[in-house]
Amino acid sequence: MPNMSPDKNPMPAQEPQVRAHNFSEVTLGYSEETAIDEANRCLGCKNMPCVSGCPVNIHIPEFITKIKEGDFEGAYLIISQTSSLPAVCGRVCPQETQCESKCVRGIKGEPVGIGRLERFVADWHNTHTEKADSDIKQNGHKVAVVGSGPSGLTCAGDLAKKAYKVTVYEALHTAGGVLVYGIPEFRLPKSIVAKEVEALKTLGVDIETNVIIGKTLTVDELFDMGFEAVFIGSGAGLPNFMGIPGESCKGVYSANEFLTRSNLMKAYLDEPETPIMKGGNVAVVGGGNVAMDAARTALRLGADHVYIVYRRSMEELPARKEEVEHAQEEGIDFRLLNNPVEILGYNNPDDLRDPKNGFVTGMKCIKMELGEPDERGRRRPVPVEGSEFVLDVDTVIISIGTSPNPLIKNTTEDLEVNNRGGIIVTEDGLTSRKGVYAGGDAVTGAATVISAMGAGKTAAKAIDEYIMSKEKV
Amino acid sequence: MYKIVSKKRLNPTVSQMEIYAPMVAAKAKPGQFIILRVDENGERIPLTVAGTAPENGTVKIIFQIVGKTTKMLDSKNEGEYIQDFAGPLGVATHTEGIRKVCIVGGGVGCAIAMPVAQEFHRLGAEVTSIIGFRNKDLLILEDEFRECSDRLTVMTDDGSYARQGNVTVPLKEYLEAGEKFDMIITIGPLIMMKFVVAAAKPFDVPVTVSMNPIMIDGTGMCGGCRLTLDQDGKKVTKFACVDGPDFNGYEVDFDEAMSRGRMYAEYERHAYDKACNLLKGVN
Repeated sequence: MPNMSPDKNPMPAQEPQVRAHNFSEVTLGYSEETAIDEANRCLGCKNMPCVSGCPVNIHIPEFITKIKEGDFEGAYLIISQTSSLPAVCGRVCPQETQCESKCVRGIKGEPVGIGRLERFVADWHNTHTEKADSDIKQNGHKVAVVGSGPSGLTCAGDLAKKAYKVTVYEALHTAGGVLVYGIPEFRLPKSIVAKEVEALKTLGVDIETNVIIGKTLTVDELFDMGFEAVFIGSGAGLPNFMGIPGESCKGVYSANEFLTRSNLMKAYLDEPETPIMKGGNVAVVGGGNVAMDAARTALRLGADHVYIVYRRSMEELPARKEEVEHAQEEGIDFRLLNNPVEILGYNNPDDLRDPKNGFVTGMKCIKMELGEPDERGRRRPVPVEGSEFVLDVDTVIISIGTSPNPLIKNTTEDLEVNNRGGIIVTEDGLTSRKGVYAGGDAVTGAATVISAMGAGKTAAKAIDEYIMSKEKV
Repeated sequence: MYKIVSKKRLNPTVSQMEIYAPMVAAKAKPGQFIILRVDENGERIPLTVAGTAPENGTVKIIFQIVGKTTKMLDSKNEGEYIQDFAGPLGVATHTEGIRKVCIVGGGVGCAIAMPVAQEFHRLGAEVTSIIGFRNKDLLILEDEFRECSDRLTVMTDDGSYARQGNVTVPLKEYLEAGEKFDMIITIGPLIMMKFVVAAAKPFDVPVTVSMNPIMIDGTGMCGGCRLTLDQDGKKVTKFACVDGPDFNGYEVDFDEAMSRGRMYAEYERHAYDKACNLLKGVN
């Protein structure tokens, strides 16, 4: 009998007042009983609308059926046929706009908690199953993957499963890309990313850290080294700034820098080697998931008060609803319909050597109202004249997106990019260069983990077809 | 892990190491930098490449012990390993069309200026070098500079060696005597580079400065190394890691760069003292 409860089983989570002061994971995951109960809410629709909402087409009703039967490892095997990073996706995918948005149960109530079930299955597998060595016999073809973020890891995993010898080149010292430097520990524990990376290594994937493609090696040199195809998943690049006065004050960070200091460089620990500004009042400018991550990280680092400053209203705020709710519960102060116009810095005219000189003392904002819709249908925010006010803050974190990294573009001849610097690709992920594929933020600009994974998957399929067709000739 | 092939003390606070990193050695050009981490939990610091020996697979770095990380790095010996060593990063110093160059180095900045001077010498340009130090004890690389320079002037602030005064004194003398340099390249403390730019300005000589701001990833991701340029009255944000480290000296906002460089001064002092105590305990 299906479970006809209109509501999802709630996700157990740390209490907001407690979690606002620690970096442990916010949500705790379903128990076996809860997972089976939630799985029983799935009607097992024949036409599987949910699958069409998943960028990597996980066989959702099939894995949920296995959960109903208590065969959690069986459920894992079904997910892992199409997804290389289930423990990650179960945590960071925006399921509400993907698989779950298509769920029939969502018409008269809440959809099945597909993401929560996926996470449960992946975690169950990681705690109960020993990693076995892969018995894949490699086919002798070599593929290079640039970047070890979600698109690169997915592409590498899919190709390794198809018996290719894959080498992943990572510029930083740790594999994982944005999963490691960007998404904080409390949302995606680093041990989980490390496990997913280990799983790829057991498939025979080599991961070379400290290699910057475009600098240490070029794409052309990779071909000289015997790689038959290259996938570029180098991610988003340089942070955008607003271009307002005071952005060079001490205490102004890009979200990338703030999160990298905290996550990758472990500045959240008590005695880190890499410093970060802690405490005081913090303003995060922007309304995306990265802005939520930065705000909640600042809070956990000991900020007295954290603002989100966003120029549109809650309705247009691009972050996931769940992240916004979590942030609100934790006490993040949303100052919507406000736009920064200047960052104010300390200036002691009598003592140029005053150590406080140049540190942020506040951020001047102007109130906004929503005007006519723009070409994308979003109502354009318009400043309200004379409404300037100063927000009393010590740290400002700018989280308004990124522009693609120029390193690969500048060193790869004939690699075409669009006017924003994103690499131009076909539907299959093929670039303007033969044998060179690309996907993820390097193509689209800042987007989601799952869309990057989808692109990695598509490219892996195309690379396989490309190399196999070459072999036949 | 990257092996320390050799280590040499150049003066009481400056050390030189050769690191085995063949991929970096094969590519690095004068003016480029690397990022290293000493150990598993260490911070990432940028250091400019002081030379390479591609045939041996080694990269030379020269660093001043200024904080915790450089202190920890200096505690490592020949035959030991450091955790991470990535590069080469940044854009190499432009040499095209420069036939007559003046290299102005200050303190440990001379370690970066040296390979640039050597490169111009190799390319057949006329190289005039001016190197300055606080005092005789801190002098480094005099012989190396002499070898690759057509003219060399050594300065010490206190007059304890060679000529007394700062590097702008002989630079002004050259310029006032009518020397026509195609380019002045200056590498050293921000305040020194700022004064070199000021000294060159009345003579309308192009000046390239090598910026060394705080960096995290060094690959164009975090934006921590940003600096402001004034390009024809327009303020432009640039990133030292991908756009630099060399910039047009007349465009750089030095006061802002100096202020940003002191962001963590307090923290760094504290960490350095702790590292000193820790190393004392070990020895």
